[in-house]
Amino acid sequence: MDGSDLGLWGVPLAMLAGAIRVSTPFIFVSLGECLTERSGRINLGLEGTLMMGAMTAYGTALLSGSPWLGVLVAAGVGLMLGALHAALCQLPKVNDIATGIGLMLFGTGLAFFLGKPYIQPKAPNLGALDLGAWSSIPQVQQALQVNPLFLIGIVLAFALAWALKNTRWGLIVRLAGESVDAALAIGASVGRVRLLATAVGGAFAGIGGAFLSLYYPGSWNEGLSSGQGLMAVALVIFARWDPIRCLWASLLFGAAGAISPALQSVGVTQGYYLFSAAPYVLTLALMIATCSPARSLRGAPAELGAVK
Amino acid sequence: MNTALERIAVSALALLASAVIFGLLLIFYAGVDPFEAYALMYQGAFGSWFSFQNTLTRAAPLILTALCTALPARLGLIIIGNEGALVLGGVAAAAAGVAVAASGPLVTNLAMAAAAMIAGGAWIALAGGLRQYRGVNETISSLLLTYIAIALMNHFVEGPLRDPTSLNKPSTPPIGDANMLGTIGGSDVHWGLAFGIVACLICYLVQRFTTFGFAMQVIGGNPKTARMMGLNVGRYVLVACAAGGAAAGLAGMVEVAAVHGKANASLAVGYGFTGILVSFLARHHPLAIIPVAILLGGIGASGGLLQRRLDLPDAAVVVLQGIIFVCILASETLYGRSWAWLWRFRAVEGR
Repeated sequence: MDGSDLGLWGVPLAMLAGAIRVSTPFIFVSLGECLTERSGRINLGLEGTLMMGAMTAYGTALLSGSPWLGVLVAAGVGLMLGALHAALCQLPKVNDIATGIGLMLFGTGLAFFLGKPYIQPKAPNLGALDLGAWSSIPQVQQALQVNPLFLIGIVLAFALAWALKNTRWGLIVRLAGESVDAALAIGASVGRVRLLATAVGGAFAGIGGAFLSLYYPGSWNEGLSSGQGLMAVALVIFARWDPIRCLWASLLFGAAGAISPALQSVGVTQGYYLFSAAPYVLTLALMIATCSPARSLRGAPAELGAVK
Repeated sequence: MNTALERIAVSALALLASAVIFGLLLIFYAGVDPFEAYALMYQGAFGSWFSFQNTLTRAAPLILTALCTALPARLGLIIIGNEGALVLGGVAAAAAGVAVAASGPLVTNLAMAAAAMIAGGAWIALAGGLRQYRGVNETISSLLLTYIAIALMNHFVEGPLRDPTSLNKPSTPPIGDANMLGTIGGSDVHWGLAFGIVACLICYLVQRFTTFGFAMQVIGGNPKTARMMGLNVGRYVLVACAAGGAAAGLAGMVEVAAVHGKANASLAVGYGFTGILVSFLARHHPLAIIPVAILLGGIGASGGLLQRRLDLPDAAVVVLQGIIFVCILASETLYGRSWAWLWRFRAVEGR
């Protein structure tokens, strides 16, 4: 075997590569959403945050020549959009689900509007670590090209899980999500906690967007995101609000998203579009399987109204 | 204070605020005079008979897709799968139209409308049913169903239903010129606008004057009370979702039968997503949907003029729509409060 023709083995390998490459935005967005929801608020606008992050990261990298500065700026923009969402939801009678949809529309539109000049030029890429150099098979080498953000995402998942469980800050965030009364009893301001959690969640989503435009697919255009920001909401529900499980779920979703191109590469072209819907069908199936009308979900923050 | 007046005043305030925010964006980012831009938008939307017809043609699918959010909203559900129902309705209509194309325009159009309404209705009823019987959040499921619907459309249009002669842009076979939906009177506006207005009127009459409509209001106000009264909440959820989905499906049929003549990717151009905005702007009121849809249709219609004259990106109108949406939602907080402030102000003055 010369390594270029792997036959059907190409499919699982491409799915592994997809799991590594496609899952990174999922990891960041779902961790952000997880943090936000653990504080008792839902943010459906992360799709817009993702697009704004992607656009600002690309623009910054193009103008400054430093992709990592782009990542930083994307995080800052995400922070601001998250804070905006939190501030609007704090107003009495304002519906957080509808506001999320509104900010999704706004963020996507604004990203297209401001990002128009960045569609043509090519910005510097984030680059990758070659973890597959030991192998002589090019597909394996390609599959194991890992972006540092992927590793940062993994670390972040474990750090977030640890912090939520073991630190005072984590306790306060969980209290804000589980019982407003208890949070008030220990003297925490629920509004401020949710504001911070939503803002930081937005920053994570912004970083996820930076990955999209600066590494994979690695360019800025209007069809960059295919709903990752929204799927992340379903993904958090699937992961039962646990950061570590968010990580596994993101990997699974990345792999599912890679099925369609992988099958096409081995010659299965029939039903290309049906397979491309796989992540959405998977999310829906998981929600149908894990939700129940009789009780709220196990692990769901008690103050989170949207999933009841 | 009169609630209708309050609604109009608060909405107007929100619209004004969004106009100011968008104007600032135009000044500081694009270096464009906002008054010139707004004047151009008015000209492009309502300035001439030609542009007004263009606006009305765009408003037709918006009216119908807005009902897809507005009807379930009456029960307290937030459905945002409008685009999916529209797209599937369009594909179903095209398939039905081709199947019976030989049996005359009336039969063809009726069959297309029926197929589209069944497809769209079933699609949204699925989201409602999942909510009612499985507890799946209807907002997220309806959005996921939209992505699945678009994938299904691509599958059908490029696969089983593809017209082999459509090379560059895969499409279904055309339904034939004779079977196209005509225009109203001497105008260029197609009958879809009439469909939309009639649908809104029917929804209004049902909600206002029937026990069914009253029951919907009770369920939306307090589901527990509704259950204690012995109302079958699930049935109402399914019917409202199916009716909303059918309206959005009909929008797809109108796009196929009156505009494109066949189903292809141009069905998914965002009428469904703008429909969500229309419904929220109209506060889910069926009659208010009509003027709001015409307003947003006008904003959409003026995008081309802004692009040509001021060299603004075509996403400018999307930004404006997003700003309006956020301002309208944020203005909800003013209800019942603004007047109290005003009253206190007067009381102080009078002392």
